Amino acid sequence: MTVRMLAEKLDLECISNGDGNREVTGCYVGDLLSRVMGSAKEGNVWITIMSNVNVAAVASLADVSCIILAEGVKPDADLEAKLEIVDAALYTTPMASYEIAWKIHELIGV
Amino acid sequence: MDSLHLHFDIDGSDFTSAGEAASELKRVLRQLGFPPEIIRRCAISMYEGEINMVIHANGGTVDVYIDSDEIIFELIDSGPGIADVELAMQEGYSTASQEVRDLGFGAGMGLPNMKRYTDQIIVDSIVGVGTAVFMSIKLE
Repeated sequence: MTVRMLAEKLDLECISNGDGNREVTGCYVGDLLSRVMGSAKEGNVWITIMSNVNVAAVASLADVSCIILAEGVKPDADLEAKLEIVDAALYTTPMASYEIAWKIHELIGV
Repeated sequence: MDSLHLHFDIDGSDFTSAGEAASELKRVLRQLGFPPEIIRRCAISMYEGEINMVIHANGGTVDVYIDSDEIIFELIDSGPGIADVELAMQEGYSTASQEVRDLGFGAGMGLPNMKRYTDQIIVDSIVGVGTAVFMSIKLE
């Protein structure tokens, strides 16, 4: 399933489009940035409540397919500006991390 | 093939620019046609090194040498040094401030991630003088 299709099914609010055609390979939930870089796999959806500018660098370097900010978190202005140069799309949703991850599992089966 | 050398000065003054050297390295490796997994390992190792320099050492330098059989990183800083390198290499050990932790760093995964994603790492540190980290990623 592509990032764009997943976002539509989960009714996510799009902050930055990124490459919506990327294939979603799974999901990683975490807020400690080095943990994310150590454990998130290429193409994963990254669910977090972190919203500072470093999220863009981590998403890019860990090569996740998209970022979902949970619990209604909005990105800092710095983060939004930096996303223009990142492939990963950024979404926000009122849902909590567990609910998002559970729904992603139902949609993609991993 | 002659070795390709890249030099980066890491600005230690703020977190917003951290990652720019790693992003630049990623872009170069992509242009050179390296496999995505090699690029990812290089980028993450480099970023962790960058972040360490910003958090602890007020910046430093990174030199990357791209050879036909390996990519070598030399990270040098004039920071406070690491008193116990073995302890610093353990997952979860961190001396980062609360301010740094609030930004999502300081998980104690920096050096462990650098070790995980490289084939060889040597950390040479003298308290009060600085730290040098040498990393190598082998190319098949």
